[in-house]
Amino acid sequence: MNPQTTQMGLQITTVLYFLSMAGYVLFLFNQKKIYQKSAFRLISLAIVVHLISMMVYTMATRQVPIQNLSQSLSLAALALGGMFLIVQYKFDLKILGVFVSLMLSAVMLAVLMIPDVPVEQNAALKGFWFYAHILLVFTGEASLALAGGAGILYLLQEKGIKTKSPGFFFKRLPSLDLLDNVGYTCLTTGFALLTIGLVAGFIYAKAIWGRFWSWDPKEVFSVGTWLVYAALLHLRMYSGWRGRKSAIMTLIGFLIVVFTFLGVNLLVGGHHQAFTK
Amino acid sequence: MLIGANHKTAPVALREKLSFSSEETLAALEFLKQDADIRESLVFSTCNRTEILYIPETGEQIDKIIGFISHHKQVDTAEFKSALYVYQDDEAIRHLFKVASSLDSMVVGEPQILGQIKQAYRVAVANKASSVLLNRLMHKSFSVAKKIRRETGIGDNAVSISYAATELANKIFSDLSQKTVLLLGAGEMAELAVEHLISHRVKQIQVANRTFKNAVALADKFKGQAIKFEERESVLPSVDIIISSTGATDYVLTCEQVKRAMKKRHHQTLFFIDIAVPRDIDPDINSISNAYVYDIDDLKSIVESNIEQRGKETVKAERYVDEAVVKFRTWLESLAIVPTIKAMNDKMSSIVDMEFKKTLSNLKHLAPEDIEAIKRMTQAIATRTIHDPILFLRHTGDHRDDSLYLNVTRQLFNLDIPEGE
Repeated sequence: MNPQTTQMGLQITTVLYFLSMAGYVLFLFNQKKIYQKSAFRLISLAIVVHLISMMVYTMATRQVPIQNLSQSLSLAALALGGMFLIVQYKFDLKILGVFVSLMLSAVMLAVLMIPDVPVEQNAALKGFWFYAHILLVFTGEASLALAGGAGILYLLQEKGIKTKSPGFFFKRLPSLDLLDNVGYTCLTTGFALLTIGLVAGFIYAKAIWGRFWSWDPKEVFSVGTWLVYAALLHLRMYSGWRGRKSAIMTLIGFLIVVFTFLGVNLLVGGHHQAFTK
Repeated sequence: MLIGANHKTAPVALREKLSFSSEETLAALEFLKQDADIRESLVFSTCNRTEILYIPETGEQIDKIIGFISHHKQVDTAEFKSALYVYQDDEAIRHLFKVASSLDSMVVGEPQILGQIKQAYRVAVANKASSVLLNRLMHKSFSVAKKIRRETGIGDNAVSISYAATELANKIFSDLSQKTVLLLGAGEMAELAVEHLISHRVKQIQVANRTFKNAVALADKFKGQAIKFEERESVLPSVDIIISSTGATDYVLTCEQVKRAMKKRHHQTLFFIDIAVPRDIDPDINSISNAYVYDIDDLKSIVESNIEQRGKETVKAERYVDEAVVKFRTWLESLAIVPTIKAMNDKMSSIVDMEFKKTLSNLKHLAPEDIEAIKRMTQAIATRTIHDPILFLRHTGDHRDDSLYLNVTRQLFNLDIPEGE
């Protein structure tokens, strides 16, 4: 069990994601079920290989693979893949695979390109609250990414219907209701996971650094993200911000998530920075 | 002659102005009947087309018709003249056949058009505006339409506006069985649209109509609920799809009303299907978020994609149309031949009769059987004499200029037939 095995696993995973993406793109244009089915099997297989690779790494090094940028991205991709499988199972929103396989392929390409910086053992990164924090925040953000994806699909479909020029996407995308519903479910799920994940992070911070809050830029941006989503949910429930406005907001929210995940570490710094070296 | 404007040549705004209500149709027929230059006429107006079919006594009379439309509908001639098409003779016949067979419809293959044409024809007949020629032409168009419906797949696919609307509804709402439909107006189009939606089983149907009695009747038919027309705004928060087909000249739902309702329904999606011309639903409502308004023109774009699929069937259907046009043309020509033949026959039998009587008055000794035999013989001679000329007239063969031979025949036999019959 060495990092090379993991590296190979990740390479196989990436190839599978790309093949799956090709299948989904073919499905998008051709609308033949066989493409979608093959693509879905490929992406499922890729996720399994991905998961095994990450587990092998964790077992071998005895640490969660979020020690550098490459690993963090890889874990984020895995979380997205896992959440996608759940959403696919629940809503049967086949076309979302186009969005997900594209994202996964791009992220995994980055994972392979970015050098896997060797990491030192850090005794602090352990414990229930730490694991809970990682798991919840990653799955939460993956869920929010899916909400963003559903948002894009919604906007595409909505534009066609609103401007009365249903074109390429009209037949290929499901109803606005369904897209809105998927987006909303992903949004609430992601928001709930993120909330608990942040709380877990605070508890972990208290245990390690002796205080809940230390004005770390990542903390600030995370709470900022959380507030954006809280506002969106509030607007949706009380001011009828559903449909198009909601979809735009989830997209903006998703961009903020991406920035919080990468931008803060790369541009601003803070005690989360180590994870994206 | 046929003058008209349809969805291909005129936008909905102009068609609204040109469309004839049933009273206006009567007035138009009356006007055309009074005109000595127009022999027969028929006015056909639906939401997608307004057409005047007429047979002039002399000339073309196009300007007269255009002038009449302009005067009657209060539209400036310049405004609509470019949207008009004018067909003559075979082209007019072909156009009518195509319209009746739904080849010229916005949604090719939609079945409503034939019923509408039949209705227009009934009105024309009732007002004695249509006579021999148009009657025959119209009946021919019905049979062509039926044949095309029966023998081509033209009506199989997406069939009508209502189909297109239902397809849209399915792309807006995920589960129509949870949705409530509000019908504004109890017209036939609304009924058809609802029949489609029912096949997708909506949750409930509400019917609002100015004449409450009709609302109740239609609601009964769909096991729905009738409401007063004035209640239409107050039910907006609880319905999801609004199908409007009233004859109102103004908007029955305004932007303000819908905005208010949107708040009450927490901005849940509303889908308006406006199949009325003039339009019932303020088009500005489409700019409200989560509200979608489709008028009859908009539905066109939805079905255009299906039209391609039916291209082959359309070609086949057009062949039937062409066949029918040729047959009708032959019939028209035979109209001119028939009186000639009849006149020939009449002349011969009157000669036979006269000569027979003259001869018989001098032959008193003949037995009744002999009289009968002589009578038969004289008639046979007459019939045989004109048999070949008649045969020739009926089948002039490839030389199509029938009128020349008819003329010669009339002169040879000195027949007196009113010109043009």
